[in-house]
Amino acid sequence: MSILSKIREAWVGIHAGRVTLPYPAQPRPVAANFRGRPIFDPAKCIGCGGCASNCPAREILVLDVCQELRILKYLGRRCTFCGRCADVCPEKAITMSHDFETATPAISDLQQQIELFMSTCQRCGRCFTEPTPLEKLKLSGYRFDDLANERWVFRSKSFLEGAPPVEDLPLELD
Amino acid sequence: MLRALCQKMFGRSLWVYHANSGGCNGCDIEVLNVLTPYYDAERFGIRLVGSPRHADVMLCQGPAMRSTAKALRRAYDAMPAPKLVFAIGSCACGGGIWHDTYSVLGPVEKILPVNFYIPGCPPRPEAILYGVAVALGLVDKKVAPVKFKQLELPIPRYHPEALSGEGELVVYEKLEKV
Repeated sequence: MSILSKIREAWVGIHAGRVTLPYPAQPRPVAANFRGRPIFDPAKCIGCGGCASNCPAREILVLDVCQELRILKYLGRRCTFCGRCADVCPEKAITMSHDFETATPAISDLQQQIELFMSTCQRCGRCFTEPTPLEKLKLSGYRFDDLANERWVFRSKSFLEGAPPVEDLPLELD
Repeated sequence: MLRALCQKMFGRSLWVYHANSGGCNGCDIEVLNVLTPYYDAERFGIRLVGSPRHADVMLCQGPAMRSTAKALRRAYDAMPAPKLVFAIGSCACGGGIWHDTYSVLGPVEKILPVNFYIPGCPPRPEAILYGVAVALGLVDKKVAPVKFKQLELPIPRYHPEALSGEGELVVYEKLEKV
């Protein structure tokens, strides 16, 4: 009986075929709705920082160097590929690619940095502020994240330190 | 030739120890998935062992946490000398979503030197296999840092000092088209 069952097992084993994928030698496509590494398109990005405010892992850092220059830095190291940044982007500048082969010996290989010019009101030179104090809590003013140490800094202002807000236009009244 | 000989000799010698220091078990399941016949990491000589004293490679999942950091460091110290550490998953690579919680110290590289990072939450089994292949030198890494810098303002600026003329005829000299 045991010999019979062993023969049967051998028969099954011979006919099982090969199930192992030849993966690193041949590419393996992913499903159409797979979310891989987000790719930032700097040509479309307007620098609103909505992705940074919505990132649950807080890994998109925003640094306002001066009033007209903003640096966005995507770290990529604790990204969970949730796709909230791509959802919230008003310009569709972030696409969730199908790229999952991101293994690397240096984690800084995953960073993407965008340095953008920000424009202010062309008449008065001032920025648009949030109308209500509640909306100011969304961290939408100037932001000063620590790019060197890759830290989020919980501070947001509607004006830059050191640089005083632009004075009102002098009006000449009769 | 010596390199090829060494690779042949140590072909079956990457024994991995699977250390979870407080992850959610997602990456563990993917790592076990890699060891199944479907993905079959044993093709590359990867074998799972139960003790860090037998292992060459430590697969770290989960962030460095306050409660497990000491134990993880002890497990790392118990491994024999030529040792590698793979950080698998976004928790091990960067601390995960709860990287700033009181109980989480951060990425595992805060307590051990990490040699290879495989990000993902969890990474696909193929991604882990790709990381193993990168470590063995079978394939090249695909990612590189991207840096983009805008050099000129993409929209025209309004220069009030460029207005000239008198009376009703005012000429704006610096007219730029969008």
